[in-house]
Amino acid sequence: MTLDLDLIPDGGISWLDASGPDGNIVLSTRVRLARNLQGRVFTIRADEAMRERTLRDVIDASRHSRQLEGASLVRLDGLEGRDRQLLHERHLVSKELAGLEGETVRVAAALLTNGEVGVMVNEEDHLRLQGLKSGFALEDAYADVSQLDADLGGALPFAFHPEFGYLTSCPTNAGTGLRASVLIHLPGLVLTKEIAKVLQGLSQVGLTFRGLYGEGSEVVGNFFQLSNQTTLGKSEDDLLDHLSTMVRKVIEYEQEARYILQRDAPTVIADKVWRAYGLLRYARSLSFEETMNLLSGVRLGVGLNLISNLSVYTLNKLLVFTQPAHLAHMDARDVTDPDLPTVRAAYVRRLLEDDAARRS
Amino acid sequence: MQCDHCKDRPAAIHLTQIVNNSVTTVHLCEQCAEEKGVQTGASVAKFPLSDFLASMGKGAAKQLPPGGEGVRCSACGSTLQDFREAGRLGCASCYESFKPHLRDLLRRLHGSSQHVGQQYIPHGQDEGGPDSTLHALREQLRRAVEAEHFELAAELRDKIRVLE
Repeated sequence: MTLDLDLIPDGGISWLDASGPDGNIVLSTRVRLARNLQGRVFTIRADEAMRERTLRDVIDASRHSRQLEGASLVRLDGLEGRDRQLLHERHLVSKELAGLEGETVRVAAALLTNGEVGVMVNEEDHLRLQGLKSGFALEDAYADVSQLDADLGGALPFAFHPEFGYLTSCPTNAGTGLRASVLIHLPGLVLTKEIAKVLQGLSQVGLTFRGLYGEGSEVVGNFFQLSNQTTLGKSEDDLLDHLSTMVRKVIEYEQEARYILQRDAPTVIADKVWRAYGLLRYARSLSFEETMNLLSGVRLGVGLNLISNLSVYTLNKLLVFTQPAHLAHMDARDVTDPDLPTVRAAYVRRLLEDDAARRS
Repeated sequence: MQCDHCKDRPAAIHLTQIVNNSVTTVHLCEQCAEEKGVQTGASVAKFPLSDFLASMGKGAAKQLPPGGEGVRCSACGSTLQDFREAGRLGCASCYESFKPHLRDLLRRLHGSSQHVGQQYIPHGQDEGGPDSTLHALREQLRRAVEAEHFELAAELRDKIRVLE
């Protein structure tokens, strides 16, 4: 079955508009809560019938949530690999739920989503509630997901322990079950070679970083996901406040690094930025990784006001739609198609030309 | 302060070691520290991300203290050995079945094993009236004091007073 993206409200990428706070440096904020059903084995030990039952129960319970009114249900087990990968590239499902790790997709693995809020069903935990916002908006994202938690938790019996809190399949998530993360672009800190110190500092205060696609992914295009590492022993508000304070500091460091770069090496930076723009605008073949790195340079140029006639929206759109499964889906190809780099370069040229034409 | 090793560059890493019960402090610049294999910010960044994550995610079970072989979860039948291998527990009741072991692990992972976040009122118990709520709160208060979470304890004490 081929995925019909029109069925997902906003395609789940309303954050692309870059309308959120600090949208230039922080792309998006997500908060997820891990929940399991009382009296039922965890997903990994559940048989197919049990997982189907969990899915039915979650769908029934979703009727108690106004946020999930009109939500669309995507059964991952009914999709081909390319489209599962697309949902993962769009950050709507984890690599595990998409069945991109190891063997194959789990029967009854599903996503119930209304764009900004959603539930992954039959992930490692029975439910993974998630809220997604544009820019740096931890409070708003948590408010959304917390409401969803209250509504679903009123209709389903969640596994909860007075000492250990919400019980999860992996003890690293127990307690609040909360993982909050911000997707942040830090080219200034990478170029000034300060990034390692910053990341090490974060690990000392209980935070962790991941690559663009979360757990286990590589850092590409200077995008980092910063999130809380511990989930137990602190309240949800304390976890969020702590992350928020630290991200605020990282944004300050990044701005300082950019200021220093422009003060001490203005021509080097301008050259880097315009070379990146030039390559994107005229190249005939682009790999995914090269595209991400060039987009990072151009995004820095927009942030420094070196490039004034390019919107962050166009940059965000390029970031999402030049990913392999997105390109392949758009052009009705396979993700392994050897012509994808050519297709990618043509797509990038077209978007940049359109953006330039709109502004002239 | 200059680097103790090259006596040239400024020292950035101050390494305190205990060797044969005596404390020594070495001051090194980043370059010499790296040459000597001291882990610095720069060397951490070269860590492959996946290894780093594996050590904290799926490897969580590896931090489980030894012992408990033969203990089996009364609800799902999985054992601590299963958890050590898969890194995942079998069901919610495993937390009760392997309580002492998991409490220890949770403390290692999170620095605490006492949940202080949102309280969930389990199904069927929300109509139990103030008596059962009081009972639950007193139980939480006892645990909070035991775990030395005094802020939470004060909060719970206030809630109990209101109900009383």
